[in-house]
Amino acid sequence: MDLEEAKEFRERCTQCAAVSWGLTDEGKYYCTSCHNVTERSKEVINTGAIPNTKIQAINRGLKRKRKLEKGWDWYVCEGFQQILYQQAEALKTLGVGPELKNEVLHNFWKRYLQKSKQAYCKNPIYTSGRKATVLEDNPSHSDWDSEPDLLSDFSCPSFVESGTDSQPDGHTPKPFPISKVSQSETASICSGSLDGVEYSLRKEKEIVKMTMPRTLAFCYLSLLWQRETITLSDLLRFVEEGHIPYINAFQHFPEEMKLYGRDKGIFAIESWPTYEDIYKKVIEIAKFLDLPRFPDITEDSYLHPNILCMKYLMEVNLPDEMNDLTCQVVKMTGIGEVDFLTFDPIAKMAKTVKYDVQAVAVIVVVLKLLFLLDDNLEWTLSNIAEKYNEKNKEDKPWFDFRKWYQVMKKSIDEKKQKWEEARAKYLWKSEKPLYHSSIDRAVVYKRREMVVSLQKQFSALVDSAPTVEKKSPSSFQFNWTEGDSARTCFHGHGLQGILKKKGQSLTTKNSLYWLSTQKFCRSYCKHVTTYEESNFSLSYQFIINLFSFLLRIKTSSLHEEVSLIEKILFKRKYGKTKKKSRSRKGRKY
Amino acid sequence: MSDFSEELIRSKTEDDKEESCVFSGTGMSFPWLQKHIGTVETGGKKEKDFAQTTSACLGFIQEALLKHQWQQAADYMHSYFQILEDSDSHKRQAAPEIIWKLGSEILFYHPKSSVETFNTFADRMKNIGVMNYLKISLQHALYLLHHGMLEDANRNLSFHLRTFSLWADEDDYAYNTASQNMFDHSWKTSVNLRALIQTPGVWDPFVKSYVEMLEFYGDQDGAREVLTNYAYDEKFPSNPNAHIYLYNFLKREKAPREKLISVLKILYQIVPSHKLMLEFHRLLRKSEKEDHHKLGLEVLFGVLDFAGCTKNITAWKYLAKYLRQTLMGNHLAWVQEEWKTRKNWWPSFHFSSFWAKSDWKEDKALACEKALVAGILLGKGCRYFRFISKQDDQVLRKKIKQIKKSVKKHSVVNPGL
Repeated sequence: MDLEEAKEFRERCTQCAAVSWGLTDEGKYYCTSCHNVTERSKEVINTGAIPNTKIQAINRGLKRKRKLEKGWDWYVCEGFQQILYQQAEALKTLGVGPELKNEVLHNFWKRYLQKSKQAYCKNPIYTSGRKATVLEDNPSHSDWDSEPDLLSDFSCPSFVESGTDSQPDGHTPKPFPISKVSQSETASICSGSLDGVEYSLRKEKEIVKMTMPRTLAFCYLSLLWQRETITLSDLLRFVEEGHIPYINAFQHFPEEMKLYGRDKGIFAIESWPTYEDIYKKVIEIAKFLDLPRFPDITEDSYLHPNILCMKYLMEVNLPDEMNDLTCQVVKMTGIGEVDFLTFDPIAKMAKTVKYDVQAVAVIVVVLKLLFLLDDNLEWTLSNIAEKYNEKNKEDKPWFDFRKWYQVMKKSIDEKKQKWEEARAKYLWKSEKPLYHSSIDRAVVYKRREMVVSLQKQFSALVDSAPTVEKKSPSSFQFNWTEGDSARTCFHGHGLQGILKKKGQSLTTKNSLYWLSTQKFCRSYCKHVTTYEESNFSLSYQFIINLFSFLLRIKTSSLHEEVSLIEKILFKRKYGKTKKKSRSRKGRKY
Repeated sequence: MSDFSEELIRSKTEDDKEESCVFSGTGMSFPWLQKHIGTVETGGKKEKDFAQTTSACLGFIQEALLKHQWQQAADYMHSYFQILEDSDSHKRQAAPEIIWKLGSEILFYHPKSSVETFNTFADRMKNIGVMNYLKISLQHALYLLHHGMLEDANRNLSFHLRTFSLWADEDDYAYNTASQNMFDHSWKTSVNLRALIQTPGVWDPFVKSYVEMLEFYGDQDGAREVLTNYAYDEKFPSNPNAHIYLYNFLKREKAPREKLISVLKILYQIVPSHKLMLEFHRLLRKSEKEDHHKLGLEVLFGVLDFAGCTKNITAWKYLAKYLRQTLMGNHLAWVQEEWKTRKNWWPSFHFSSFWAKSDWKEDKALACEKALVAGILLGKGCRYFRFISKQDDQVLRKKIKQIKKSVKKHSVVNPGL
């Protein structure tokens, strides 16, 4: 820069003691003899007539400040692609087959991009009306690195025979290589991604906008397509336990993908995914993507209620013999039929079955059939079982509801307590803080520094006690083994105490039943029934709380599902309006 | 230092809204509505799990502090610091104070903590937000005092006060470090303190010592002004101690009864179970106004509502005597009014047969007074009275006879019989 501009600065240089100053590009004074840069910047005094050259120079300086951090240019959908990739990898680590990642999820994602007109189509929408001709030029190969194909490749909806060859893994995913294009940005609203600001403002009715919870919906759709042995509640639990990236997944973006400003609202989520919410999104996305009927769920699929019931019975420490009863209920209600279970988004009333909730609801119905759960009969039956067990210590013990209740209550209370503590201690913020704009960047960084130093100080006070190791992911939250005297295992116990002979078959000793819901709501609201705890027996409340905690769903959701199963089972009763709240029914098998 | 956790818990329970279902008149419940009502506070946005985490964490910290589990408290505290980065600016701004209170308490009691750790923590917290600077400095000084580091505390405090005053642009005084004179020293402290006490807050030990000093130097008016300000200024948080200090001062000054009564009236509203209430009762009794007499009865009943005072023989003596006096003065209505809200629970709270036996065993005089009250309020058929009247004790035989007579005469149950 010119010496003339720095004439007014008269101090001596601290390093060479000369008085000969110039101005750097950023407007700071530097010593022309030893090139020592000071922190003093030139103040603009008169804003009146500024020569042209100066304006150009200043402009140059400003332009360079436009992008807060240098890095690749990337689009929001690429960010989501990254995250889906991470999640698919995690699922693979959990034991899911590689086809999920390479074929199923990949295809779903490509279809999404196509449908939302972000890629794979003739005129994808981009910010400021720029054409994405760059994308169309690239050759196609099916891989996560791949450049998008043209529309024609995806006209056939059949995904079952995916003609794509699975590429070897191990490619570190890169975003689409796009040349730098200049954009106009205001300093206050900015984002690391190229279209972050525009993306968050976009509001088109027909297009489903990608969000963090929807990534999980994509994962689940792929799992369902592959009929993998992971239910939605399992998936969400894995997310909670940290086995699948979700909260702060953006931290694993490649170094060059800088995230700030509006990106924060898109990628930095501060809530756990809820079952009900993700479920809705699953259906929404399946409809949006125009997916065909999913592969059949037959009797030997994991997701079939017979099998899921068995799984949950084991998990909740109930006798294996109850499985016969659950199968009976499934058969009677017809919820084990292929057509009922298989997901078909194109069907008129598109719904997918909540497999896990339904299986658990069946178990609740069976418990009601056996024990009535009116805070009375179950304890009476327990007394009988206890007496028998005391007299006949050698035989197979009769299932004692009271003992089971005691064991389960203790275990579930412990688990719940630990879960609550873990939630209270959860650290939400990412290590590298996210800032909104250049203005608050410094503040945000300082805050993080403060928090980290405080945390360090206090972690020194906490004993180096055995830190809870990150649990290895498991489909089961409870494990019961025979012969463990501390925690009785009820799997092998018998139901003789609560069943009685009736001719050739057995029936339950209990011949009464009460319906969880007398009347269903037919109006506009989304719910068919509500769950007001105080209206129900304590045993019922305990059972509902137990299972809803297991699946991490709301008690009202489970109650609703139980009511719906009962509705099918007792169809006749619901046909007429009944005022009685108890119906007599004997179940045979 | 342990006052803080109680203070915090009090404030928490005030803010805690019970999660109840929304009921309509027909007994229907709308749990989904509750969720939406809850969002009115947040302006329609559902509370993020981040907020849930921090509030749950706070709950755990408070619990751990109450149970003196310092290790656990420190563990949760470690996670709580993230509230400093909360996207909600209200919470973010309120955070440093809470963190200071909790953190300082943990560091005060934790076995592994030392003065250095405390100092580091205090210094860090001071740098978050200017408003906190002075408060934290003072409490830091208190901590050092506690550990016998008087000089450190004084130096610390003076330094911080000076820094603060420079920042706040107070040119009321100049701080002269050269002066070692006791008078000078205390005078400077007093001036510093005076400036300090103007700011709203809880400065009990400072106020106390400042007033002591003022009295020592004969400045009664100044002392009165400080105390009145401390007690009555609305900007200051409600603090029962303020009124107690003011009352004691006025008592020393031999202020007129009316004045004393008005001060204690406020204390009565804040802490009806305070032991000064008995003094209050005496003042009211001696007064000439009738509403004071009525209030006197109220106050006595109020004191005995609390579990801490059930064995206070003075209170019972007063009540026994005063009931007789009130009834003789034909103010049955007053007694009935007070008794109306209490007749459902006082009998089992004070006058059960268990208490009869236990009180008689422990303190016969107390039992007698209680018996008299029980007899008057519940009639001579009540358990307590019957038990006591059956007791045969050499010393108290006469007294028991008197009690029987009084009950006969004054019992509310059979008035006039």
